[in-house]
Amino acid sequence: MTDGEPFFRVEWVVENLDEIGVRIGEHVYLTVLAVVIGLAVSFALALLIQRRPRLYGPVVGVTGTLYAIPSLAFFALLIPFTGTGVVTALLALVSYTLLILVRNITEALNGVPPDAVEAATGMGYSRGQRLWRVELPLALPVIVAGIRIATVTTIGLVTVTALIGQGGLGYLIVNLGINRGSSPFGPTATYTGVVLAVGLAVIADLALLAVQRALTPWARRRG
Amino acid sequence: MQDASGAVVAFEHVTKRYGGPDSAPAVDDLSLTVPAGEICVLVGPSGCGKTTSMKMVNRLIEPTSGRITINGDDVASLPAVELRRRIGYVIQQVGLFPHLTIGQNVEVVPRLLRWKAQRMRERTDELLDLIGLEPAGYRDRYPNELSGGERQRVGVARALAADPPVMLMDEPFGAVDPIRRDRLQNEFLHLQQQVRKTVIFVTHDVDEAIKMADRIAILRQRGILAQYDTPQAILANPASEFVERFVGADRGLKRLSLARVRELDHIEPVIVRAGEDRAEVRRRLDRVEELTYALLVDDHDRPLGWIDQGDLTGDGTIDPGAATPGAPTVQPETTLRDALSALLGSSVQLGVVVDDRERVLGLVSVDAIGDRLRAPVRAADGKLHPLGTDEAAK
Repeated sequence: MTDGEPFFRVEWVVENLDEIGVRIGEHVYLTVLAVVIGLAVSFALALLIQRRPRLYGPVVGVTGTLYAIPSLAFFALLIPFTGTGVVTALLALVSYTLLILVRNITEALNGVPPDAVEAATGMGYSRGQRLWRVELPLALPVIVAGIRIATVTTIGLVTVTALIGQGGLGYLIVNLGINRGSSPFGPTATYTGVVLAVGLAVIADLALLAVQRALTPWARRRG
Repeated sequence: MQDASGAVVAFEHVTKRYGGPDSAPAVDDLSLTVPAGEICVLVGPSGCGKTTSMKMVNRLIEPTSGRITINGDDVASLPAVELRRRIGYVIQQVGLFPHLTIGQNVEVVPRLLRWKAQRMRERTDELLDLIGLEPAGYRDRYPNELSGGERQRVGVARALAADPPVMLMDEPFGAVDPIRRDRLQNEFLHLQQQVRKTVIFVTHDVDEAIKMADRIAILRQRGILAQYDTPQAILANPASEFVERFVGADRGLKRLSLARVRELDHIEPVIVRAGEDRAEVRRRLDRVEELTYALLVDDHDRPLGWIDQGDLTGDGTIDPGAATPGAPTVQPETTLRDALSALLGSSVQLGVVVDDRERVLGLVSVDAIGDRLRAPVRAADGKLHPLGTDEAAK
């Protein structure tokens, strides 16, 4: 960027709407996939912890360690084994959701009012019926709150996956932006990517908040 | 409401140890039989095993030895989950499911039993009616929109939903304030007259036990049965010093709370109305030895006050202003304890028994209440207990 050059070129955005659309699509796709897989794995781990509470410490220890690995380093570590494909990206992204979601689902299930659990058992719910019909519905608000955090975190991390060729909004920021520092359109591409990534995170957060409220009508109507 | 009667629940040498074979038992060789349709209250100090005993009936806790039968069938012969669907369960914190509406809460067990939607709906409305919550107004509300007392009533309705012969109630009214508790207790007793379940009711409150029970099982530390009998018999003849201490020094007064005004012989009052001839009233009052007061009533037979014999001198007619107001009124359902309290507080120690429209039915005296307390008591074994030295009653 040199003096006198416009900081942001709207014409670039207009000319590249198709490109931007594709990148948003990739970003959303990777985020949703990572969160859904992460949720499934975390849910299984949380149920295991419900049966054997002693596993909580080790599970949180391992997922905490995964969470502590810097994202760039994580990709670098995986590339020799899984290449630069979508598998590498997902392995890292899913790993990052586990700590948040396992802790969250476990806390949500532990936070179910004990009187509701006792009543359910005493009235003849089997273990599975009690989980699906009483414990999970009551844990849902807290679980969805955890999914919100995991989703927003993942949207941020997906930008990094451009480095291993997974596209997304990171492609605008890095490949079309930073890597083309000399181009007059570089800064525009970077900022477009940044603004869209932030916007995506905000929209996802609000959408999940709406889902949370729609799923828990009992928590709103009072007296 | 179908008139499904309860089932006989029997504990046969039931022992529960939480530790090994040498550990102290939580419940020690408990044997007792609850007749069908009766309320059996398990009461005792904390650590007496009353809750443990109750929870062994629906197998939330499994006994170490002995067995429990319902109408002769061992509870262990059914899978626990199926057994529990046939036994009503009410807990202190109610445990309504906050994410389900009142209707859905009541339908929990019918749904587990796969009732048809139509039948569930009819049953829910019937039960909400029964507990005094208007179905249209309550069916679709969530528990957090109800008061504590309403939630407790829904808890009872939910336990009754599949019409189980046996109900277990674990300190069901323990978490509500005394005034509301009294009302919930009365409502439940009224309900029980209609549904006639066999109820096993746990409380640590001896007054609640006396009020609710057909039979009381008093348990002492380590689940030893100290006495099992009707409230009247336990109060008249405590089996041991422990029972005597546990029921309290005021057991004479407590016995009074078990009897009601309608059980007393009423005294026929001398009733007068404004405008009656004084000399005539005087003559009528003279004929009744035990009364020195005439009762002035209004045009609807409602009591206005007493007219002292000594104020009936001279001729002319009765002046309504001549009456001493403040005749205590009691109803046939009033307990003798409350009646005594009302009578002791008034200058004329006669209570006017009135119906629900305040019309005079008769009179009761302090002496009649005292006589009632000295009458012998029939125990659960059918024996008449002789007069105890009931110091507290005198």
